[in-house]
Amino acid sequence: MIKRIDHPRWRDRNKIQTEPVVELRGVSFAYDDRTVLTDIQLEIYPHDFYGIIGPNGSGKSTLLKLMLGLVTPDAGEVLLWGKPLTENTNRARVGYVPQKATAFNASFPATVAEVVATGRIGRRGLFARPNPQDREIVADCLERVGMADFAHRHIGQLSGGQQQRVFIAQALAGEPELLLLDEPTVGVDSEQQSLFYDLMTHLNHDLGLTIVMVSHDIGVVTERVNKLACVNGRLFYHGEVSLFKDRQTEILSRLYGQVVEVVYHHH
Amino acid sequence: MQQGFMQRALLAGIMVAVLCPTIGLFLVLRRLSMIGDTLAHVSLAGVAGGILAGVYPPVMALSFSVLAVLAIEKLRRTYQHYAELSIAIILSGAVGLAGILLSQKNSASSDLMSYLFGSIVAVNEQDLLILAAVMVIVTVTVAILYQPLFYITWQEEKARLSGLPVSTLNLVLLILAALVIASSLRIVGILLVSSLITLPVAASLQWARSFAHAFWLAQGYALTAVILGLALSYGFDWAPGGTIVLMAVTLLILTLLVKWLIRSWRRHGLSTSA
Ligand SMILES: Nc1ncnc2c1ncn2[C@@H]1O[C@H](COP(=O)(O)OP(=O)(O)O)[C@@H](O)[C@H]1O
Ligand SMILES: [Mg+2]
Repeated sequence: MIKRIDHPRWRDRNKIQTEPVVELRGVSFAYDDRTVLTDIQLEIYPHDFYGIIGPNGSGKSTLLKLMLGLVTPDAGEVLLWGKPLTENTNRARVGYVPQKATAFNASFPATVAEVVATGRIGRRGLFARPNPQDREIVADCLERVGMADFAHRHIGQLSGGQQQRVFIAQALAGEPELLLLDEPTVGVDSEQQSLFYDLMTHLNHDLGLTIVMVSHDIGVVTERVNKLACVNGRLFYHGEVSLFKDRQTEILSRLYGQVVEVVYHHH
Repeated sequence: MQQGFMQRALLAGIMVAVLCPTIGLFLVLRRLSMIGDTLAHVSLAGVAGGILAGVYPPVMALSFSVLAVLAIEKLRRTYQHYAELSIAIILSGAVGLAGILLSQKNSASSDLMSYLFGSIVAVNEQDLLILAAVMVIVTVTVAILYQPLFYITWQEEKARLSGLPVSTLNLVLLILAALVIASSLRIVGILLVSSLITLPVAASLQWARSFAHAFWLAQGYALTAVILGLALSYGFDWAPGGTIVLMAVTLLILTLLVKWLIRSWRRHGLSTSA
């Protein structure tokens, strides 16, 4: 269902770079008086497929919001491509699919193509009208997520998994270099979920997109990502997945405060 | 002479029918349809003030409602978590001010009735010029900013993240709404202008699967209501605002009825085939 298309716009990003795409230096953050994250130190490198796991309310979404500049740290700093967030004026370099993206007003009059086209606005600028190139990129992105046949369908009438893919196409339409996804597979059946991970792996491997993904499904995510961060107010682990797997039981029991049995899905 | 005023009324009506749902679609989908009513009441204060001060009332209504929009935005920042309070405050202020101004002797002229419920005979060249200017401003702005305005209506938070100046776009939308309402009140009337902003949109949302669909369909509904309404108003000498809005209500009810019939026919069709 998911087609592989190689596009020159993405291909030249496969250059080797050593500077981290995202860097958090001693970041702490509190909502009012409630401390959510303490002293977070992590680097995400180009071409990483980076997973973030942790219990509910552990600060995973907040971590993404810090990277997006939706919230500002109380201590420490957040760097994107080596620059503080405030100096990164080109917002289009980052694509974001928020948590519960599919929980919108289902009767809102909008088609798949109309939604994905909004992903171009950040690249094109406020006053520019859509041109043929924009339309071509929108069609490309829909093709890439396997939703080309649904371009003129009403977004509210699609399944959760299909809507999720539309939102990913919307993010891809901005030709991002970094893609942030917050629990994208919640409410998606296991077949769609497996297709979704195939798509992410394709974007990551073949297009060199740096992907950061929050997930609650430890079993699946550790099979697919190459780096992992375990968060619960502070970092319990961050680094290679292979090293995590060696100490998995110990890390998870500290992370969740109890022994956790990991469920692996095999397809 | 007879012909002349009917042509003017029709021309004004067509422009109003294009303007009201164009702005209305964005307001309704952003759950801001209350603003229409508020700005209409602000226009009432403006009209009363204009009659008193001897300034052309629609011009006064226009300046009052643009000022009200700026005040609403300012208040909205003060009451960040209670955005609708800012609308309520301006609505109260406008009604209070209108009440005082209308209680002054020379403002309670017969002219006022034509502003409250709209009038065909009252539409003059000056009104047409104001409407045409607003038409140009709204059409050009919406044509240029169509996608950004759609984006902030559909996903405001994401639009902000992608770097769009969301609060400026909001302000632009509200100023356009103020212009549309103040310029439409001559024909539809202050008390009914917000109906023409919401009813055609409500009917179009019953069918529309795309935003573009909703956009054109709402204008189709409004044009039908205005043309039928003006014909009735001319034929029976009823206030045009009233007949136009009644036509809009009728079209909405018919739409709901047809929808309901289609749905029950489908269900019936399914249950017999099963
Ligand atoms: N806007 C907010 N205001 C106040 N507290 C918040 C807000 N958003 C999240 N929180 C709190 O911060 C903590 C971390 O939230 P979040 O980052 O969403 O966790 P996760 O995504 O890991 O479930 C939770 O306890 C949550 O209740
Ligand atoms: Mg979360």
